[in-house]
Amino acid sequence: MSELLMNLDWYEIWQATLDTLLMLGGSLLFTVLLGLPMGVLLFLVGPRQMFEHRAFYALLSFFVNVLRSLPFIILLIVMIPITVIMTGTSLGVAGAIPPLVIGTTPFFARLVETSLREVDRGIIEATQAMGASTRQIIFNALLPEARPGIIAATTVTAITLVSYTAMAGVVGAGGLGDLAIRFGYQRFQTDVMVVTVILLLLLVQVLQSVGDRLVVRFSRK
Amino acid sequence: MIEFHDVHKSYAVNGQSIAALQSMQLKVLRGEIFGLIGHSGAGKSTLLRLINRLEEPSGGRIIVDGVDVTALDAQGLRRFRQRVGMIFQHFNLLSSKTVADNVAMPLKLAGELPRVQIKQRVVELLARVGLSEHANKYPAQLSGGQKQRVGIARALATDPKILLCDEATSALDPQTTAQVLQLLAEINRELGLTIVLITHEMDVIRRVCDRVGVMDGGVIVEHGLVSDVFLHPQHPTTQRFVQETEGDTDLAPGEDYQHVSGRIVRLTFLGEATYAPLLGRVARETGVDYSILAGRIGRIKDQACGQLTLALTGGKEMLAEQQLRAAGVHVEVLRP
Repeated sequence: MSELLMNLDWYEIWQATLDTLLMLGGSLLFTVLLGLPMGVLLFLVGPRQMFEHRAFYALLSFFVNVLRSLPFIILLIVMIPITVIMTGTSLGVAGAIPPLVIGTTPFFARLVETSLREVDRGIIEATQAMGASTRQIIFNALLPEARPGIIAATTVTAITLVSYTAMAGVVGAGGLGDLAIRFGYQRFQTDVMVVTVILLLLLVQVLQSVGDRLVVRFSRK
Repeated sequence: MIEFHDVHKSYAVNGQSIAALQSMQLKVLRGEIFGLIGHSGAGKSTLLRLINRLEEPSGGRIIVDGVDVTALDAQGLRRFRQRVGMIFQHFNLLSSKTVADNVAMPLKLAGELPRVQIKQRVVELLARVGLSEHANKYPAQLSGGQKQRVGIARALATDPKILLCDEATSALDPQTTAQVLQLLAEINRELGLTIVLITHEMDVIRRVCDRVGVMDGGVIVEHGLVSDVFLHPQHPTTQRFVQETEGDTDLAPGEDYQHVSGRIVRLTFLGEATYAPLLGRVARETGVDYSILAGRIGRIKDQACGQLTLALTGGKEMLAEQQLRAAGVHVEVLRP
């Protein structure tokens, strides 16, 4: 048994888990903070919406698509100089968050846009008929009605982030994925690989079930 | 209360301009229930939405309660809309909010009342529409009729002078339709609310409206008191609508009663005359015989009405007609 787990340094694993959670939490927070307004904007200027603006929508849409089509591993490297300017380092948790945020924000914004489109147009019309301002329509009708969809989008984004954090190990970000690659893969320490993968699996499971539960809680349909 | 002066509306479809409404003139009186009937695509929905400018007119002026709606700026328009209630075919309630929160929403958006008073007002409104015990439910837990009641309570929240109804009963079964119409009539009576409703069912018009406009192809082809339009429809579109509800045979094209002898007349009774034993008396006194070819008796809003198509024989038909006219019956000769 001890033979089997001989390579395991539990302190290191704990540290890596913490790093993963920090990267996940930090980048998810900024992704939502940036992506939610971006999704609302995409929705509002989109086809047949309140502020339909073809040119602006096309531009924004193109920008989002460019970022989404860029492989994350490339984005990580391209972002290094920008990350250094923003956080002072390209290493560790702080160094990983900017590329993670840039990598997932467009994705999240698209999902938000989609869930806003699912809101019945009649509800927007009814709110307009009450004399609501655009701001009130967004905050009192659109966002509350799209809440289950936005929560589901956040869950999907969080899980995407978990797999991105593993790649961030490439630029020295640390975390479970990094541990799996450096020790499990490159040093053939299978036990490390197995344990980190199990931990990542658990993390994804927890995120998904919490997300699902929240969706159910806020769905009134 | 609501006046349309030469209002028109056109949409650009694939670079071409398509007219939805053409030089519309319309007057809705204070405190009445005005119905607009038309098939889908007739322009009634556009017309209704012009009143609170959910649709922007392409030209003309719309005056509501002395205010030129077409001239309002964004801020003014929001204020104005807060004073105009609206209900919808598919209710358009917020599924994420409880019944009470849905009803409170216009008040919260207006931001004029403190929270305690909003709560109080919501309690009153829910009591009025008979949903007090459902305050904390979500719309998905209610039946269609209950949802529309929530819609009505919400529309009344800001104490509007005008209520716009967009096919408010079209998604409901006949029994629920009757209840919702009754509620609308009650609100109209008790609050003195002016109601404009659009529908494609003549029956809705007959039950609650005071006046009606019939729309076809972006114009009002016929309008007037419901009793007049309903009993003496002039325009083919109107005649079709009346026929649809009544299955009335003598309005059907091609019915000429060739096989019947005598003078064919149509009598229209309205109000008291409907229930008076007129026909028998007139027949006795003039010696005229009659056979009933077609007929309908019913109510238009609170008024009894009837229409009979008769074949008169016996010689003194003219005298009989005179006596009937003297008793307040409208007589129309279909075939001398």
